[in-house]
This record gives sequence, C-alpha cells and structure tokens, in this order.
Amino acid sequence: MATPLWRYVGKRLLLLIPVLFGLSLIVFFIMALIPGDPAQAILGSYATPENVARLNAQLGLDKSLPQQYLTWLGNIFQGDFGRSYNQNREVISIIAERFGATLILAGTALVLCSIFGLLAGIISASRQYGLVDKAITLIVLIGISMPAFWLGLLMIMLFAVEWRLLPASGMFSIYGGGDLPDLIRHLILPAGTLAFIATGVIARLTRASMLEVLRQDFIRTARAKGVNERRVIYRHAFKAALVSIVPVIGIQAGFVLGGAVYIETVFQWPGMGSMLVNAISTRDLLLVQGGVLVIAAAYVLINLAADVVQFILDPRVTA
Amino acid sequence: MKRIVNPIAAVAFATTSTFAIAQTPPNVLVVGQIAEPQSLDPHAVTAVNDFRILVNLYDGLVRYADGTLEVEPSLAESWDISDDGTVYKFQLRDDVEFHDGTPFDAEAVVFNFERMLDEDHPYYDTGPFPLAFYFSQIDTVEATAEHEVTFTLNEPFAPFLSNLAYPTGLLISPQAVREHGENIGRHPVGTGAYQFEEWESNSRVVLTRNNDYWDGAPDLEAVVFRPITDANTRVAEMRSGGIDMMVEVPPDNVSMFKEDPMFQVYEQAGPHVWFVILNMRNELLQDKRVRQALNYAVDKEALVNDVLQGTATVADSPIAPAFNWAYNDELDGYPYNPDRARELLEEAGAVGEELTFYVTEGGSGMLDPINMGTAIQANLESVGLDISIETYEWNTFLGRVNAGLEGEADMAEMAWMTNDPDTLPFLALRSDAMPDEGGFNSGYYSNADVDKLLEQARTSTSQEERARLYKEAQAIIVEDAPWIFVANWQQNAVATDRVENFHLQPSFLLQLRDVRKP
Repeated sequence: MATPLWRYVGKRLLLLIPVLFGLSLIVFFIMALIPGDPAQAILGSYATPENVARLNAQLGLDKSLPQQYLTWLGNIFQGDFGRSYNQNREVISIIAERFGATLILAGTALVLCSIFGLLAGIISASRQYGLVDKAITLIVLIGISMPAFWLGLLMIMLFAVEWRLLPASGMFSIYGGGDLPDLIRHLILPAGTLAFIATGVIARLTRASMLEVLRQDFIRTARAKGVNERRVIYRHAFKAALVSIVPVIGIQAGFVLGGAVYIETVFQWPGMGSMLVNAISTRDLLLVQGGVLVIAAAYVLINLAADVVQFILDPRVTA
Repeated sequence: MKRIVNPIAAVAFATTSTFAIAQTPPNVLVVGQIAEPQSLDPHAVTAVNDFRILVNLYDGLVRYADGTLEVEPSLAESWDISDDGTVYKFQLRDDVEFHDGTPFDAEAVVFNFERMLDEDHPYYDTGPFPLAFYFSQIDTVEATAEHEVTFTLNEPFAPFLSNLAYPTGLLISPQAVREHGENIGRHPVGTGAYQFEEWESNSRVVLTRNNDYWDGAPDLEAVVFRPITDANTRVAEMRSGGIDMMVEVPPDNVSMFKEDPMFQVYEQAGPHVWFVILNMRNELLQDKRVRQALNYAVDKEALVNDVLQGTATVADSPIAPAFNWAYNDELDGYPYNPDRARELLEEAGAVGEELTFYVTEGGSGMLDPINMGTAIQANLESVGLDISIETYEWNTFLGRVNAGLEGEADMAEMAWMTNDPDTLPFLALRSDAMPDEGGFNSGYYSNADVDKLLEQARTSTSQEERARLYKEAQAIIVEDAPWIFVANWQQNAVATDRVENFHLQPSFLLQLRDVRKP
C-alpha cells in the first residue's frame, strides 16, 4: 500500500506547480484590472498624473504588464518575492511574520469546528428528529447564516467590554504576557467565532453520512448481534461515515483560511488575512501575490493531507 | 514572542491583578491607531496615521507652536531670510544628539535634504520619497558652518518654513540611514522626545523616553502605538481598558464617551476643508448663479450636526479657519436658503436639469462621504435639480477626479488637509493648476485676479501682507463659488481619565511629549 500512496502524494505535489502558476497569473491580471495603482494609493490626495508617473517609475511600475509579470516570475525562481511597494520591505519577511499567526488561528478553528461538527453530527443522527437533533440543527443553522464580523463584534462586546473576561483584540498582551496562557486568552474569541461559523457544514454533513451509514446492512447485523448501541454508533457507523467527512474537513480548511480575513480584521489578529485586505486596498501587488500563493499552497497541502487520510481510512479509494 | 522593555514588564507584573484584564500600567501610554504605519522613515510616508508616531520620534528644524499652525524654532534656534526671500540661513542647536549618539549638525541636515531631492545621492535609492515636492523649491542646501545650514531657493516661496515644520521635514540620523539602507523605515533614529524601541508587525510600535531630550525629557516611560483597523474594535478596546487613548472616534460613539465620566473627549478644528468640486466646463455650471444656488441649497448645518454628528463645523471658504491669520472671517458665505437657491436656478433657467455627482466610499479626510453625498443629493433635488450619484472606491475615485471632471461628471466630493493656507487654493483653484498641467483644479476654475493674488501671497515674506492677499482672494473665490463649501473637520480623540496634560493640535499631529499618566 505504501508505494501507490507515495506515488499519489508525489503526483499531487507536482500538480501544485501548475495550480500556483495559474493562480499567480489570475491574481496578477485581476490586480491589474482594478483601477488605481500603488503610486496613487501612496500619494493619496497628492496623486497628480505627474507625481504618479514619477513614483511609478521609481517603483518599476512603468513597464508593460507582461514584462512586470515575467520579471516577478523570474525572481520567484530565485526565491525573491520582491518588495512591498507600500512598506518597502521584502514580501517574504512580511509573510513569514504573518503566516504563523494565521496558522494558529485557522488551525485552532479547524480543530474546534471538526470536533464540534463531528460530535454535533453524530448526536443529531443518533437522535434523528428528536429534541436534541432539532436544537443542534437550529444552533448549527444560526452559525452557518451569521455574518462572521458581526458575530465577532458581538463576542467582543460581551466578553471584553461587558464582562471583561477576555481581551478584545490582538494576539498577545501589550505589556507582560507573551506566553502560552496569554496566547490562549487572546485566541478564544477569534478562534471560537471562526469555528462556530465553520462548524455548521461539518455537522450537517456528518449527520447526513451517519444517517446513511446507520441504514446499511452491517449496522443492522451488528445491532442484531447485540452489540451495544454506543459501540455501534462510535465504532462501526462513525468509522464508515468518516470516509466521506474527511474531504469536507479539508474543504473547510479553505473556509477558515478565507474566513480568517474578516475575523483577523475584527480582532486585529496579526495574520495574513488583515495583511491581504490592506495590501489589496493599497494595490500592493507583490504582497497580494505572495500572500495569495502562500494561502493557496497551504490550502492545497491541507486538502492533500485530507485525501491521504481518506486513502488510509478507506481501502476503496484508489490513488 | 519578545517582551517589551524590561521596566514595563516589571511594572506589568507588579500590577497584574487576579482579574483577567489588568489596566494599562502607569507611565505607559497605549494609543489605539487606525492602522499600522507603512514606515517610520519621515521622508517616505504620506499618512497622518504615520505622522502621529513620527512627531514623537523626530524633530525638524522648526515646528508648529503648541496649539497653533504658526512656526517656532526647534532644532534651528533662529534663522534669517534674505530680502528677496530666496536664501534661508538657519542657526542650529549645538547640544543635540540623535538617539544613536551621533551628533546633530549642519552636515546631517544637508544629508537629509539631499537624500530626498538629489537623484545622485548615494542613499536616494532608500526612497521613494513621495512628498519630496514639498521642497522642490530648494536649489541648494549647504553646511555653511558646523551648526549653520543655508538653503537657497529657486524662487521666493513663503510656505517654505511651514513645509519644514511638516512631518516631511523631520530629520533622521544619517548614520542610521547608512547602516540600515532601504530598511531604515523599520529602524528609525531621530532626536525626538521618545526613541524607538520595538516594532512588532500589526501588533505594536513601542517608543521609550529619551532621557537626554534637549527640550526636557517627557514624563512617560513609554508610548505604545497599537494598530486597530476596525473602528468598532477600537471603541471596544477603549471601553474594555485595553488602550488609554484613541484617535478618530467614529461620530456614532462620541456622545457615549462624552457621557461617561471615565473618559475625556478632545476635539480640535484643523486645516481641513471638505467641498464639492463643480465642473465649470459644464455649460450650466458656467453660470455663477447656478453655482451660488447649489451653495445656498445645501443645508451645511444639518450635514455637520446630523450626518457628522458634530464632528465638523460649517465651512464657508477654501481656507480653513484654523489658519486664523489668513482666514477671512468677514464673509457671509452661503447660509442655507432653499428659496434663494430656487430663485437663482429659475433666473438661470436651470430648473429640472440633470447633474452627475461623483461620490467616494471612503478615503483620507473624506469623513462620511456616502451619507454626505446622499444628503447633498436630497438637498439639491428639493430645489428642483436632478442629481445622479456615481460611487467609486477611493483610489479609483482619485484617479478619475484628479484627471479632471470634463466629460466625466459635473460634481465631485473632495477633501484636503494642508499645512499652509497657500497649498489648497494654489494647487486646486489657479488657472495654471489644471489637471493636464499637474495641478488639482479638476473643476477648471479660472479667475485672473485670484491667480495674481495667490502668486503674490506665495512670494511675499511678510505674514501681514500674505494675510491681506489671502483674505482678498477668499472674497473673490467665495463670490465665484467654484465649489460647494461644506465642512471643516474637527479631529477628535478619547482618553481615559488617567491621562493628563494632553490636547490635540490643529496640525492634526499627536504631540505626546507633555502627557502624563501617573
């Protein structure tokens, strides 16, 4: 089994190259299509055509678009992601600073929403149409339909302003702190908000696949043999249902990475999301490119990991 | 993650209570900013948000005197201006060092300006320097003695001193530029009341007290600037005790803070004008009666009180009242008078005409542009015009408006913040400042008398003479009504009741040297 798995992983990793290449092309030309340019964003009210032209020349933006893209691509192969126009710093060092924070936030949210989503789905399925099922469905639907930034602000008002239990924003305390408990206190609200919203899809899907599995013959057999109901649900049914749930968790990884954009802005989390929002509004092309590529690569890799897990869980899936 | 300076950590440990959230420690001021700074190189940045940090790190040759927009000595003790207004000779203080221990002298001043202006300077490539045109009148800058620096201008230019007081004129350590090259923006070294300690991206910029400050060391041990982009989160941090001070309080929250004795609200009018450009290449708007009618039709009082909830005052001239010496307070302006507006429109045969109005979604100094735009639309429609709004994102908007309104729109919102009464009319209301000539006269206003007055005011070295010329120019401009004059923004800030000795400056800069927080 090891050989085809590794070949599969290798093939998927190779596929990453055209995916990222295509993506970089799309991002580059979408950014080029948005009106306004970095010089205009930097100069603000002082953006006379003359000042803009001078600054664009200094920034190397007076060349044609394909030329700019090729220069950028050539530099990438030498490990040079370029410099941010606005911050005048290496794109790669800005991303390095930010990526860890996003991984902590999105990773925690993903773990939380997986755990709660699976639990909620299982409990719902085992009590189909019961009161608990209905209550869970209601909560999960609220999560799916609630705007992330609004829920985030609500959490801040309750936990930080009214009850003063948790900090309103940031990743570490401004004075003192800086250790793990400090990080966890700052992480609870943003990760909890993000997880609450992402839980819904996993819970709904878990419920559906569990219900499907519970109707199958081997479950009836197990029950007929007198296997205890707990064991039927958690050992037999859940294991079978997990096969179709794991890829969804992979897809939700994309959702939490994307959702982190709003959540990071609301909670002033120093990650890639808030960085991208700022970079787009200031037309900081190279920073947007670098950020999108890193997030896309992370998304592809997480999905690959989900596929590998599925492959291991389910012998029917072929590489 | 690193801890900030030890004294602060020590204080924090001492004060950590059993509650999850401790108050901010004494003698450390935590300021909630609207965004992370782009850079801390004073010559590389353009945003007020960054200037608020810079003025505490650096000094310039001159500065705005406390509470005014008038220039007073800073690193230069005194200066002489030649009779023709082209040679400025500054005597520098001889007791000042940069935070890195290198001496502040005439050579350092020369380095600063040549780096910004001379393309052959070895550190010119540490730019770009987008506001270098503030000093484009400088022909040469020379160290004429160890502590004497001489600027020669290529033409007399009255706003030169006030431009030197602007943050683009702050002075950075040449040694630090040589050492850090293009990364200087992350390693700022100045002569200011506070020195740079740490910048953790998107979390905080920490400055600590400069004990050797030439103008008296500040009381605070440290100032921490926190970027909190979302205005609602910034307000929540203020209310939950996470920050001691915040700037740019949303109008919706000002009254809440005013009613709470835990907080102090600060307000200060500044050199800001919010106006609507009228496209004078539109046949209808060539008629002065129509432009005056538009001014009468807009209920400015209602705009500043209801839409902006008292965070602005009514504007009636292209020069803000904050320039008290140049502002003409004898003009009547255009008080709200819809009947007069209808009369004028009828006389001009303009009733029922359609006008396109460019509105932006946001942007520096634009206040609440969408709501203001729709309120103005409603006002103008009630006197019989048909206004269609087109809304654009800020950068797109600037691109369209700055290129000139001809063939695009009849009206456009705009706002300017300047440091000299010269800047706005000179760049946006002169015949030689049309968009295709690199100016900002996007509505194509042209009046030979105004041109002459503005040219004279710019080259005169006597402030009295300049004041007279600006007042005369204002009278003509207000009568001609090339814009709808709408609002002068009042900057605001909120601080907790622990913060003492703070006030806002009309320059919109955040001077924290004298602030105490025991």
